This record gives sequence, structure tokens and C-alpha cells, in this order.
Amino acid sequence: MTLTTSSITPNEPNTGPAPTAASSPKPTWLQSAKRYWQLWAMLLPAVIFVAIFSYGPMYGIQLAFRRFDITKGLTGGDWVGFAYFRQFFSNPQFWPIMRNTVVISLWTLVMGFIAPILLALLINQIHSRRVKGFVQTVTYMPHFISVVVIVSMINLFLTPSTGILTRALAVFGLHDVNLLGSTGAFPMLYWMSEVWQHVGWNSIIYLAALSSVDLALYEAAKIDGAGRLQLIRYVDLPTILPTAGILLILNMGHVLGVGFEKVYLMQNPLNLPASEVISTYTYKMGILQNQFSYSTAIGLFNMAINFVMLVVANQISKKVSDTSVF
Amino acid sequence: MSQTKLQPAAKVAKTQAMPLPHRRRGIYKTPGDWAVDIVIAALITAIVLMVLYPLWFLLIASVSNQNLVNTGKVVWWPKGWSTYGYEQIFKDSRIWTGYANTILYTVAGTALNLVVTLPAAFALSRRELKGRRIVMFFFTVTMFVSGGLIPTYLLYESLGLLDNWLVFVIPSAVNVYNLIIARSFFETSIPEELHDAAQIDGLSYFGYFIKIVVPLSSAIIAVIGLYYMVAHWNDFFTGLVYIQTTSKQPLQLVLRDILLSNQAMSGGNGSVDGAGYGQEFADSIKYGVIIVSTLPLLIVYPFIQKYFNKGVMIGAVKG
Repeated sequence: MTLTTSSITPNEPNTGPAPTAASSPKPTWLQSAKRYWQLWAMLLPAVIFVAIFSYGPMYGIQLAFRRFDITKGLTGGDWVGFAYFRQFFSNPQFWPIMRNTVVISLWTLVMGFIAPILLALLINQIHSRRVKGFVQTVTYMPHFISVVVIVSMINLFLTPSTGILTRALAVFGLHDVNLLGSTGAFPMLYWMSEVWQHVGWNSIIYLAALSSVDLALYEAAKIDGAGRLQLIRYVDLPTILPTAGILLILNMGHVLGVGFEKVYLMQNPLNLPASEVISTYTYKMGILQNQFSYSTAIGLFNMAINFVMLVVANQISKKVSDTSVF
Repeated sequence: MSQTKLQPAAKVAKTQAMPLPHRRRGIYKTPGDWAVDIVIAALITAIVLMVLYPLWFLLIASVSNQNLVNTGKVVWWPKGWSTYGYEQIFKDSRIWTGYANTILYTVAGTALNLVVTLPAAFALSRRELKGRRIVMFFFTVTMFVSGGLIPTYLLYESLGLLDNWLVFVIPSAVNVYNLIIARSFFETSIPEELHDAAQIDGLSYFGYFIKIVVPLSSAIIAVIGLYYMVAHWNDFFTGLVYIQTTSKQPLQLVLRDILLSNQAMSGGNGSVDGAGYGQEFADSIKYGVIIVSTLPLLIVYPFIQKYFNKGVMIGAVKG
């Protein structure tokens, strides 16, 4: 160790791979760490925060396999194996919760995937820079509204008989609907409001891809006799396909990851049979009822499924289209 | 793939090609093309209206007579001017405590976010740093694997973060997604020649980062600063799970109480007694509260909006 350090001291520290450093072509780890200690110092705070607050809780996952005992702490409880997982699987609420989670998230996944692509293709058709900028500014805006406000907008607009959307529906012949208390409408309310809020924001990435299209390609296609729709079909769409593929894979990793906040806030006694999902159930069991081990087991189960979905989607995509995340 | 590279090329191509397609379009624009144009214009108009109208309606409903709102008389413009909701809001101490708390959490949180994230992103962008791939992997794993709610809760408990305002600031210090965006920006948008020049001038990495990199990175600082800021401002979950004391509650929890738990007339606004207090007054307060709580972000938004395309694209290319 001392040998390697002394071999670097003749070189000036902190000057990076200067020509003089060529005398020691392959610096060892320690040499490298010494020379770049300032970079490591800049990295250190972030590493510490992530180690404590992201990796720290992972250590606590063992709770899913132990009977939590407040007197013995996190790791002191008796080892019970998969007992808490079995408890969850045999719970009569297990299948309804799984079904709700999958239904809500699949709708959101599919619609939330298609809508930004369509919007980006549409915005890309606008010739005027000003109009384009205006449309973008407007459609990005809802992304910044908080979940609490979005959910209360849904509630205000859909209030039975007085809400403005309830009235609008009555114009179309749907009288006295109470969508807020309907179990059938819950997934639809969820994904529609989700699309309304994020479609503009999620289209940015596709617009960025579309802006990289070589204009000569359009010219060539026009000379070949392509109309507007054919330009979209044969030039624009292939351009954004790789981006879309990667996003789809990443989204698949969240198939059981329906956001807690919005579902929790949208829940009411009437729609609960359709709106209880894994994340809200975990919260209620764990925080409200103090069933720590049980709740941890459900959370771990949820994460494991998500991870498997991500890997499967990635492998399929790799085979089918050569696009993959890892 | 950086935007700086693309734009000049696109501009050149456009200036050269522009006159031609214009003339050609004028000649060859078929009835079919016209139809497509009209359909596109109609769709765009419909989409803009679908986004703007709900927001506009919130605004006009907040200053209208609620009986007219609830009977469907208020459609395009405010009717029966009434600032009742706002008057009640200004008297309600819960909202202002929540506001003050959220501002504190947002400012402190965003400051820590930037101080921790930017230097780390810069270090990770330096190719000469041996082992940066391993560190990157260490960060990326946390995007897909986490301990879950209860282990996190128990950790915070053991660290004394329960019912402590620092829980809004410290645990969320690093967002890996933002870290990756910033790293990609430093990699692609800061010319390597600057680093060579800085080395010749004898600047250390600290000096190079502070004197050269940061001043050149206002775009990315604005974008990830806004991401962090919005996340803090809209954070509802942290307050719900980890805070018990009412006086420490952030704005979003106060909003939840007023907007969703129908506590519009209880507590704070002492001027009115809860009983016999009609739905229309509650609604009036709700519309007002939505406007009051959302306005700050919508005011900041247009100033930072121009950086969005860039920020999101950088994140997308290397994300």
C-alpha cells in the first residue's frame, strides 16, 4: 500500500490525467482515489443520504419474515418465514385488492401511454411556432397541480346534481349519475384525470424526439407522393417508437404501483370495493392498525411483482424490437 | 443528441428549405390536405379548451354566488360577484400556518436538494473518476427497490424524525432521477476544453465546479430546482404519515381537511358557527382555497417553462 502511494506523490495531485501522469499508465484504485479526492468529497453527501434513507429501510425488509416485537426492536422478533405472506394470500380481500390494483393500473398504463404519443404527433403538426408554444404551455400546466387539488376538482365537478360535469352529462341524457359513488366508474375517473393532468408533460419527450427528424426525410417522402397522414405514419411514428418502447418497459415496472396518494384521497365508503388497492391497504394495515410485519410483507410482495414485470417486459422488448433498458 | 447540436442544423435546413415547400404547398395542397389541416386545428382547439376550461371555471366559481354556480348559471363569466370564500380564507389561521410551514419546508428542502445533488452529479459526470459506474449503480438500484412503508417508518422513528419538520427536508435530499438529469447535462453541455483550460489555470475541481460549471448551468439548475420545489410544495404523503401535530402540518394536509373531509366550517374561521352553515358557503371556500393554494406555482411556472423541453430531453437521452 505504502509503495503505491509513494509512487504517485511525484506527480502533482489534483491535476487530472496530465501528460506527466503517463509515466504510470494504469493508476491503482488508491492512486485514483487520492488524485480525485475532491470529486469523491462532492459525491459523498449524496451517497450518505441514499445509503441511510434508501438502503436503510431495505435492511428492515426482514421484518416481513419476523413477528414484530416492539420490545426487541427491528431484528429481534421471532423468525416466522412466509407466515405473513400466507396470511395475505388467504385473506378474503386478497383477490378484490389484486383485481382493483391491476384494473386501475392497466387502464392508466395503456391510456397514459397512448395519449401523450397522439398529443405529440398532433402538436408536431402545428406550423406556427407561437401557437405550438402556447399549446405546449397550456397542456403542461396541470402537471404542477397537487393531487389534493386534483381530487377535490373531481369531487366538485362531479357532485351529484350540482357539479358542472354532472350537469354536462345530463345534457347528453345521463341524468342523476353519481360517478363519485360508483364502483364501475372508479378506474375511469382515475385514468381520465391522470391523462388530463399529465398528457402534456409526458408528450415533451416525444416532441423532443420528433424535433430531431431530418427535414430532408419529409421532403423525400413528399416527392414520393406521401400526404400529411402518411408523413405521420411513415416518418413521425417510426421516429418516436424507440422512446415509446423504453417508456413502456419502465411503466411496466409499476403495474402494481398505483400511486397511493390519489387513490387514497379518491376513496369514499361507496367506491371502496373498487378502490382499495395494495398501497392503500398497506398503509391502513401498517400505519393505522400497527400490523407492522403483515404490512411489510404486502409491500415486499408488491415490489417483487413490479420487479418481475419490469424484467419480463425488458426481455420481451429485447427480443421483439432490440430496445431494452438493461 | 443534445439540443444545442440539433437546433443550428434544423435552423439552417429550415431557412434553406422554407421558400420551396411554401410555394409547393400552395400549389399542391389537395382537398385532403385541407381536411387534415381543419381536423388538426379542431382537435388542438378542443384539447386546449379541455385543459383550460376546468381551471378557468375554478377561478370564476371562486368569485361567484354559489347558488348560481350550483344551479349551472355560471358558465363563462362570474355571476353574482362574491368574495365570501376569500374573506373566510383570510380569516382562517389553519391555511396561513400551513402556507408558512410549506414555504419553510419547500425552501429548506429545495436548498438542501440542490446543494447535495449538483456536486454529486458533477462528480459522476467526470469520466476520469474511477468507480463512478459502481456509484451510479448504487444510486440506480434505489429507483426500483425500496424498503417499503413500515421499514421506512421505523427508521424515521429511530432517527427521531417522526413529528419533526426535518422529515420534509432530509430524507428526500437526493432524487436519483434528478441526479441523472443533472449528470447528463454536465456531460453533454459543458465543453471539455473548459476543464482543460481550468486545469492550466490551476483550478481544483472545487474551483472549477463553483466558478465555471455552476454559472454555465442555470438552465439545468432551474429545471431540477423546479422539480424539487414542486415535489416539496405538493407533498402530501410525508405529512399524512409522519406528522401528528396540527401546527406542523403542511398546506396540502390543511387542504385535504378543508377540501375533502368537509371541515370547511369547523375550527379556524371563528366568525361563523358551524351549525346551519350551508353547502354553498362550503363550496365557495373550496373554490377559493384551490385558487389560493395553486396560484404560487402557476405564477412561477411561465418563467421556468422555457427550460422544460431542454431539461426533460436531457433526462430522456441518457436516462
